Amino acid sequence: MGIIRWLSQLLLVWFLFAPGLVSAQVEDSEAQQLLTQLAESSFAAKKDVINQIAGSGDERARGWLEAFAANKLGRIESSGDFIIVLKNRGRNWTVASALTGENLGELSRRDIDTIRVNNSLRNELEGILSVIDLKSPDKGKRLSAARALKGSVDGSLAERLPELIEAEESGSVQAALTEALAIYQVEELGDVAAVAVLSGSLNSEARAALQQATRSDDPQLVSAAKIALKSIEQKLKLNRAAETLYFGLSLGSVLVLAAIGLAITFGVMGVINMAHGELIMLGAYTTWGMQQLLPGQPGLALILSIPAGFLVAAMAGIAIERSVIQHLKGRPLETLLATFGISLILQQLVRTVISPLNRTVVTPDWMSGSVMINEALSLTLNRMYVIGFALVVFAGLMLIMRKTRLGLEVRAVTQNRAMARSMGIRATRVDILTFGLGSGVAGLAGVALSQITNVGPNLGQSYIIDSFMVVVFGGVGNLWGTLLAGLSLGTINQLLEPWAGAVLAKIMVLVLIILFIQKRPRGLFPQKGRAAEG
Amino acid sequence: MNIKKHVKVGLSALALSVSMHSVAAEDPIKVGILHSLSGTMAISESTLKDTMLMLIEKQNEAGGVLGRQLEPVVVDPASNWPLFAEKARELLEKEEVDVIFGNWTSVSRKSVLPVVEELNGLLFYPVQYEGEESSENVFYTGAAPNQQAIPAVDYLMNDIGVERWVLAGTDYVYPRTTNKILETYLKDKGVAADDIMINYTPFGHSNWQSIVSDIKKFGSAGKKTAVVSTINGDANVPFYRELGNQGIDAADIPVVAFSVGEQELSGIDTGPLVGHLAAWNYFMSVDADANYDFIDAWVDYTGKEDAVTNDPMEAHYIGFNMYIEAVKKAGTADVDAVKDAIIGVAVPNLTGGYATMMPNHHITKPVLIGEIQDNGQFSVVWETPSTVAGDAWSDFLPDSKDLISDWRKPLECGNFNVVTGTCGGKADVASN
Repeated sequence: MGIIRWLSQLLLVWFLFAPGLVSAQVEDSEAQQLLTQLAESSFAAKKDVINQIAGSGDERARGWLEAFAANKLGRIESSGDFIIVLKNRGRNWTVASALTGENLGELSRRDIDTIRVNNSLRNELEGILSVIDLKSPDKGKRLSAARALKGSVDGSLAERLPELIEAEESGSVQAALTEALAIYQVEELGDVAAVAVLSGSLNSEARAALQQATRSDDPQLVSAAKIALKSIEQKLKLNRAAETLYFGLSLGSVLVLAAIGLAITFGVMGVINMAHGELIMLGAYTTWGMQQLLPGQPGLALILSIPAGFLVAAMAGIAIERSVIQHLKGRPLETLLATFGISLILQQLVRTVISPLNRTVVTPDWMSGSVMINEALSLTLNRMYVIGFALVVFAGLMLIMRKTRLGLEVRAVTQNRAMARSMGIRATRVDILTFGLGSGVAGLAGVALSQITNVGPNLGQSYIIDSFMVVVFGGVGNLWGTLLAGLSLGTINQLLEPWAGAVLAKIMVLVLIILFIQKRPRGLFPQKGRAAEG
Repeated sequence: MNIKKHVKVGLSALALSVSMHSVAAEDPIKVGILHSLSGTMAISESTLKDTMLMLIEKQNEAGGVLGRQLEPVVVDPASNWPLFAEKARELLEKEEVDVIFGNWTSVSRKSVLPVVEELNGLLFYPVQYEGEESSENVFYTGAAPNQQAIPAVDYLMNDIGVERWVLAGTDYVYPRTTNKILETYLKDKGVAADDIMINYTPFGHSNWQSIVSDIKKFGSAGKKTAVVSTINGDANVPFYRELGNQGIDAADIPVVAFSVGEQELSGIDTGPLVGHLAAWNYFMSVDADANYDFIDAWVDYTGKEDAVTNDPMEAHYIGFNMYIEAVKKAGTADVDAVKDAIIGVAVPNLTGGYATMMPNHHITKPVLIGEIQDNGQFSVVWETPSTVAGDAWSDFLPDSKDLISDWRKPLECGNFNVVTGTCGGKADVASN
């Protein structure tokens, strides 16, 4: 077996570097035989077969290997013909012939046997495919192929790599290939000179290679590796601090978004609205609904749900205010109970009308994945958008409260209702608009949350306590306080979590707030002046 | 909903009156269904209620059992643990049901247990659980730890070569007990304490950033690392999403989950998760005719082409058929007679084999390990050569390693201590 493997690898390398032969096709009978071997071997034996397929020089080989890696290569149970699955959802799958590429239409799943693949085979395939990709004219493809090679270079490839590095025109691809080669040299050959290349690298494979080198017998290699590791550790520490800060800010921004609507209804108006969480939930469901209305365009639907989510939640908020809250003015305990009832009603309504199951909200492509700052630090994109969105919403609210007529009237009514009314301000109208505004902002929070958490009937419940915590901690009636409280609670939580665990971190934050409120009952930024007394 | 129910009752009454011509009129066998239809657990449990209704409908179409029709009695315990006990009492005392199918979380089972034992009912529990329990009145058709967790760890250790372990779970009884068993098991196998990281998160945890980043850090120590996840319910969606976002590839750090099935995956894009693992006794993708027939029936019943099936549904399928067989064998639906008759009953499972009820009220199951695919399904990469019998008392916990359970006469004991030779080797069976 060993010789066959060695031969097939030699064949593979030869095929890769002999471009004249690329467009060849092997006889169908031979292809059929190779694929049959693939289908009938054990996982361990499949490894050799894929190398044979890659080395066969057949132009269809890449398609087969790619399909195999995606678990989409199969055969028809009745006829034994090999197929590539094009669509694999539902009970009937669309398939095409693996040999001719002809579309065979839909087949029942009962008739299809897929050729099983597992993680280690997929890894092997990735290596083979990336070697092929190194020859691609597309620079991006070459770069990702070179990165994928780190840690998976073998002897035959290592011999060829210097030549490839020489021929490579892009600097970043060159650097990645050099590093990949150096990892191999340190790991397999114990090459001291290659350690210098890895010094300062943040790649985890490089680190693993160096760590292995520190356990070797060669004292020179050990000391070189130790020095290289030390410089890496230093860099890693900085990166980790930056990462924790980012995590904290992103959790904080979620808290701010969830709480800022409450900062208006509870903070400014003084209404304890336990249904605030459900208004968030309505915003999230609006996003889902929008995506159902615009299938195939999750990005557009998400953008449109920003105004839609605001409107839906604002309308619901106004309806709650008109039907219940206005009749309970000045009776906080009854408001609390009534709105709690409303929150339960809304939850069950969603459960009965839509479904008790969570709904899938699609994350548009431009929001998924992460931005790689370096190999140890990458910032997740969806969180970054949420941070940005939270800041925009906050700025917008600040503008409304400070610069518009409505903001002025709100402040007037909340500071002295009777006086404001005698000045000709229609207090009832202001109440409606303020509550609508606060509820609408909750809807906006829901739109954002739909991207990072589950959209289901319980969505609101998990945020209501946190929201009240943030508002009380920040100082009731102060938007700046809410912003600062949200961000700092988020950061503290993320700082504590790694060493205290998620459950304990949450408890510790809660205890911290209780202690803080004992000392300063009015929060971080207490309201000053006569307004605070009333 | 109500109208539908009325129609259904009306129809079954009609069916009953039709069947009266041939068979002497007898009362229907009442089947209680105790699954949450509202609250947090509705996401998982409401599907099981529908599964039961489908199975009962099919059985009635086929003529019921012993010439009697089956009548479902559905109640909603609303994901509220004490309410489970009240509803169970209502089913047994007021509705006088002959059997109950229900519960999902261990805590709800623990709440129902004393009621079922006091009123001598029958309960079929369909979900994988932590073991350490054996009741005369409960039949455990889900997996015990030796039918899921231990084989999965063996697979990772022997086939993948994992040396470093993260045990991550939701903070309640099932993950804590399972992880305790796994920790002892791993240490027995020579894994150092430094190579095990244990992490618990609350129910519904959604901010996974720093935990996932910790796992990444733990996994970059140069040894092959795997995550064994007992994270439950909808916290899984943000967990997997974060894994994908932070680029943790299944080839580097595979995650093997015990509570993630087709249902949970239907809420996410599984593209970035391809290759992560789950251990179950059934997957929807299993290539068996019985399975395809079941899927067809389920799709027809729900009317949704994309409806998925999962492991607890299979457990109910097995449990229901076992009950039917036991009633036939006993010739009556009397609780005590059925309880004795059901031991040794074997019915087909959905993976092409048979499930047998063991004397300890657990069943035999094959153990399958599947890798997540981009279509939200699992592809089986490993399975036990034959079925495994469920073990009520783990051999890896000091308190329970000497205990066995055997409900056959003359032993009739759920916690027989083989060392001291006494029944009741542990103070109380059902209080964990």
